[in-house]
Amino acid sequence: MKTYFTSTIFRKTIASLSGVFLVLFLLGHLLGNLQLFISGEAGQKQFNEYAFFMTTNPVVKILSLVTYTSIILHIALTFYLTIQSKNARPVKYAVSSGTSNSSWASNNMAVLGTFLLIFLVIHLKSFWYEMHFGSVEMDLWGNKDLHSVTVTAFHELWYVLIYLVSMIALGFHLKHGLESAFQTLGVRTRKYSSAITNLTTGLVLLIPIIFASIPIFIYIKNI
Amino acid sequence: MENLNLKLKIWRQSSPNDKGAFVSYDVSGLNTHMSFLEMLDVLNEKLVVTGDDPVAFDHDCREGICGMCSMVINGKPHGPQKGTTTCQLHMRHFKDGDTVTIEPWRAKPFPVLKDLIVDRSSFDRIIQSGGYISVNTGSAPDGNSLPISKEIAEDAFDAAACIGCGACVAACKNASASLFVSAKVSQLSLLPQGQPEREERVKNMVSKMDEEGFGHCTNTGACEAECPKEISLEYIRKLNWEYHRSNIKG
Repeated sequence: MKTYFTSTIFRKTIASLSGVFLVLFLLGHLLGNLQLFISGEAGQKQFNEYAFFMTTNPVVKILSLVTYTSIILHIALTFYLTIQSKNARPVKYAVSSGTSNSSWASNNMAVLGTFLLIFLVIHLKSFWYEMHFGSVEMDLWGNKDLHSVTVTAFHELWYVLIYLVSMIALGFHLKHGLESAFQTLGVRTRKYSSAITNLTTGLVLLIPIIFASIPIFIYIKNI
Repeated sequence: MENLNLKLKIWRQSSPNDKGAFVSYDVSGLNTHMSFLEMLDVLNEKLVVTGDDPVAFDHDCREGICGMCSMVINGKPHGPQKGTTTCQLHMRHFKDGDTVTIEPWRAKPFPVLKDLIVDRSSFDRIIQSGGYISVNTGSAPDGNSLPISKEIAEDAFDAAACIGCGACVAACKNASASLFVSAKVSQLSLLPQGQPEREERVKNMVSKMDEEGFGHCTNTGACEAECPKEISLEYIRKLNWEYHRSNIKG
C-alpha cells in the first residue's frame, strides 16, 4: 500500500478529486452570487443576510474547511507532480510540436493554475479577508455590509478587468481539468465519453460567463 | 519521381557522457519514393566516403512493426505523418529546400547512447516487473473456441498492437510512459489468461514506471496523436481504474 500512496496515479487522483470538489464549490458560489443581480435595498439586505449565514452556519463551516483543504491539496500535489515531470525531461527538444497534437490549455495547466492562484489571493483579500478580519460597516439591518464592499470594488474598471481575464483563464483551466479528472478517475469510458465532453463544455462555458457577468453588471449599472 | 534537396539538422553525440550538438548536413538528389531511413542511409554513405562518422540511428524491420526507428523529426516522434513509424515515412511528405531537424527521444529514463540512439531498457524493466502468466496457454487455440466476446478480443488486440517504440514518452510534455504501460496492462487484464496475476501485474508495472523516472499523465493526448499504432487514451483510463481496483482489493 505504501507504493500506492506515493504513486503518481494516486497523487493525480487526489489532485483531480480536489479539483472536482472545487468545481462543485464554484457552482455553489455562483448560485449565491446570483443574488448580486437583485438591485436596490432588497438586494443589499438579502446578500448581507446570505453572507452572514455563509460565515456562521456550522454545515457551511465544515464545507469551507473541505474547500480550503481541497485548494491546498490541489496546489501542493499539482506543484509536486509538475516539478517531478519537468525532471523527467532534462534535455528539451529544439523543435516543439506545440499544439499540433494536444490542446493549448492541456499544455499550460500550470501557468493557468498559477494565474488563478494570484487571482485567488486578490479575490480573497478583497472580500473573504475583509469579511472575516477587516472592518466592514453594518447595514441598516445589523449585518456586515459585504454588499457595499462588493459593489464599490466593481466600480473600478481595472478591478473588473482583472476579473474578466481571470474568468477566461478559469474557463481554459476547467476545460482541460474537468475532462482530465474524469479520465484520471477512470470513469471516462467510451460509452460516457461524449456525455462527459458535453457536460464539461457546458459547465466550462456557463461558470466563467455567469461569474464574469456580475462585475460587468455592477460596473455598467454605475456608469 | 522528383528530386529532393534537404538541409538536415541532426543531433550528434559521440557517447552518453558527451554534451552533444546539432550538426547541419545538405543532402541532394533524393528520390521521393525513399523512406526516411533510406534518406539517412544516403547521408551515411556520403559520410563514410568522406571519412566522417556516420549518424547512428536505431532500425530493424523497416516494415513498421518493430518499433526500433526512434527519432523526433521536426518536433514530432516518427515525423509528420499520423500512425506511421519513421521507416514507413516517405520523402514525398517533404518539400524541396525544407530544413529537417532530427533529434533523439528526450526523456531521463531514455538516455542517449549515441546520436539518435537512446537506451530504452527502462521499458524492458517495466515489462519484466509485470512478471509471467501462470496459466499454461498451450498452442494456438482453434478460432472462436475461447469464450471471449468479439468486443473484448478486439479491445485486447488493439492494446497488444503497441510496439513499445517509446513515441508516447517522446511526445508527452511530462515524458510519461502511461500509454505504453496502459497498453501492456490492458492487453492481459482483458483476457482470461491474464486474470491470475491481474492485480500484482498492474501494481508492479506502475511502481516500476514511477521508479524509472517517467513523468505523470496529464491527459494532453499527445501520446495518442503521435503513437504509430494509434493506441487509444482509453487504455490510460483503464490503467487508472485497474490500479485503484487492484490496490483497494489488496
